Amino acid sequence: MDPMESIKQTYFQECDELLVAMEEGLIAMESGEADDEIINAVFRAVHSIKGGGGAFGFENLVAFAHIFETVLDLIRSGQLAPEPDVVKCLLRAGDLISDHVGAARSGDTSGIDDGDVKEELRGFAGESGDEGGEEDFEGLDFAPMQFAFGEEEAAPKLPSVWHIRFVPHASLYAKANEPYLILRELACLGDISVEADLSRLPALCSLDAEEAYIAWNIELRGEVERPAIEEAFEFAAEDCDLTIEQAEQDLPDLPGLPDPPGLPDLPELGQPEPLPDLQAEPVKAEAPADAPVETRKEAAAPAVKEAAPQTIRVDLDKVDRLVNLAGELVITQAMLAQSVQDAGFGATSRLGNGLLEFEHLLRELQESVMAIRTQPVKSVFQRMPRLVRELAAQTGKQVRLLVEGETTEVDKTVIDRIGEPLTHMIRNAIDHGLESTEDRIANGKPAEGTVKLSAEHRGGRIVIEIADDGAGINRARVREKALEKGLISPTATLADEEIDNLIFMPGFSTASTVSNISGRGVGMDVVRRSIVELGGRIVIVSTPGKGSRFVLTLPLTLAVLEGMVVAVGDQTYVLPLSNVVESMKPSASEIEAYGREWELLNVRNTYVPLISIGKLLGVEGATKGVGQGVAVLIESEGTGRFALLVDAILGQRQVVIKSFENNYRHIEGIAAATILGDGRVALILDVDGLAGLCRDRSGGAMPAELQATGS
Amino acid sequence: MSKVVLTVDDSRTIREMLRAALSDAGHTVLQAEDGVHGTEVLADAGNVDVIITDINMPRMDGYGFIDHVRSSELHRAIPILVLTTESEPAKKQRARDAGATGWIVKPFDPAKLLAAVRRVAP
Repeated sequence: MDPMESIKQTYFQECDELLVAMEEGLIAMESGEADDEIINAVFRAVHSIKGGGGAFGFENLVAFAHIFETVLDLIRSGQLAPEPDVVKCLLRAGDLISDHVGAARSGDTSGIDDGDVKEELRGFAGESGDEGGEEDFEGLDFAPMQFAFGEEEAAPKLPSVWHIRFVPHASLYAKANEPYLILRELACLGDISVEADLSRLPALCSLDAEEAYIAWNIELRGEVERPAIEEAFEFAAEDCDLTIEQAEQDLPDLPGLPDPPGLPDLPELGQPEPLPDLQAEPVKAEAPADAPVETRKEAAAPAVKEAAPQTIRVDLDKVDRLVNLAGELVITQAMLAQSVQDAGFGATSRLGNGLLEFEHLLRELQESVMAIRTQPVKSVFQRMPRLVRELAAQTGKQVRLLVEGETTEVDKTVIDRIGEPLTHMIRNAIDHGLESTEDRIANGKPAEGTVKLSAEHRGGRIVIEIADDGAGINRARVREKALEKGLISPTATLADEEIDNLIFMPGFSTASTVSNISGRGVGMDVVRRSIVELGGRIVIVSTPGKGSRFVLTLPLTLAVLEGMVVAVGDQTYVLPLSNVVESMKPSASEIEAYGREWELLNVRNTYVPLISIGKLLGVEGATKGVGQGVAVLIESEGTGRFALLVDAILGQRQVVIKSFENNYRHIEGIAAATILGDGRVALILDVDGLAGLCRDRSGGAMPAELQATGS
Repeated sequence: MSKVVLTVDDSRTIREMLRAALSDAGHTVLQAEDGVHGTEVLADAGNVDVIITDINMPRMDGYGFIDHVRSSELHRAIPILVLTTESEPAKKQRARDAGATGWIVKPFDPAKLLAAVRRVAP
């Protein structure tokens, strides 16, 4: 890749990080929690975005960042108070700069309307519409000189002779400038002859090594203009006495020159050099050489803790290979342990002990490797404040977003896919959940509605919650709508939570995709499907008048599954534990036939379809007798509740998922495979797939869950 | 002519641009992410010919860093170039007062950068 192109990629990656830091800082400013360091960080973020943007010529971005930065600088230096209206404008500016970065990245910089905000920022900065002209325009000073040569158009080409008197001060050396280098630059311009003026050099015994004693008289001949000479002295100009004079030449029209040749003046310039002054400096420089370092170290020490952890960027593929390898290792270890045991070595033998130790280390290795794939949910959560601001503006509601647990770590795939469902639910919470400000006040609630977004680890899973303090789900309305759409029968008696769950039914909502932004109760079924695809589930808890909570439960990682290991005949299968509700040993009386194909299981007076895995998959030696085996009650998003009949439950364990699709092809009813401790391959069952398979075999609909009536 | 150049900037983009331009010209590049990190890299590095530093940085800014270098017996003679923009003359002056040797105006092109290095590094 072209190096500039790769640096540009770096720039955009960095922008993403800087935008996050900026947004966090701005939000802290909004809530009044910002200290100087936070404001500084916001300033630096915008400054860095501007700096890199300038290097790549993103003009719109730079222009906007410039005025944004100016206002932040005023706040930083205490000249502008971060009042709510200022911060509000800054937040909008933050959104816009993020848009600018996005536009620069996509190459389409046309569609951003930042005029209003720019104008507002200028207002805060005390600038009127036009930016002031260039401040530094050094070249202009020398224009009159060129006029002096007026007639000769070719003035620069004319060889001239310059006499330069250069008297460095001690400060020039203190700043690590070096006369030799300046002379070297001059030598690049033309022929030079240099004469060192040692007249001020004292006797060696009284020489101060930090002092400047030597001056230089330089004669420069060549096609040289004054600005070029000035440029050579640019860094040193403030730390020396400098005269640059053009010497008399064989030119006919010299009278036009402003000053007489300067050499006679030189002694005057050299003499008034106040030596005592200079002497003061080195003393100052030497004495405190150590002390300030001490205090600086102290000042820096507390800040060190805040430094961001060191990170490296790694290809996701590499990490996945590691995850996979660690999984394989665990399996190999288990097989090894089995062989060792079979060979008659006890757990207390040296071999057994060593293996145990090996197992512990492997587990740790596996966990550490998995941890690499996890990231804080922050990267998703941080997108929400902007969304809330925009929705609040659109709906005219006052909304406060509370975010908790954003450092909670989640698998990368979850991070990548959870954004849209979350966006969607927050949109719903604000659009439908929260009442209008007037209604809230009328109901004795605070005018400002609250939406809370939180994440935490709970029982080996990630729980993400979106809660609002709005009106709660309007059950009458939901029921009405479900009837209208033919989703429920008019006679159905539904519990409150069953009504709440109707909003997840496909077909309940008018729109079908998550990306639809019309904001009319869209696609909660799509939200649910996204969550289920991630191996998670979603639950609603709604209280009329008090608000709703959507609770998402997600697995920590997608590479490992918490499974229930079951035996069917000579086969071992794994059921995803997230689908398992309970298990029971049904007696013959609890199982009833339903038509020719189906059996129903009575679970506390509710009949659910009972599917025998042995029969369905044709496993040899599986229990066939009614009333034998174990029924596992399953709840799935797609099928609802049903029971699976197996021979026995062997246990519960984490299994490493080996994808079928990647290695073979999709098989209906089977989600994936795994390798068990004893080295045998077990299939992980897809419960919805099994139900589907069963429906296809029987050639008819699956009986719905029924309430038992009397006998 | 090959120099050891320490670049101190909190922006990864700018660090990478400096590195690209400087190493193309045959210089060895050391990097630090802020002033504190700069002092650490400087302490570990055997020899640094030129320092290029940004001003706005977390933990220790450019002024603090220049001050640190200038008050170190060992390092005070190292030329320091600060990165500024045309719109911040006050910053340039303050850096100069803190002991900066010269400056590079952002956005810089490699030629300008290398010329500035040449002008301060023996």
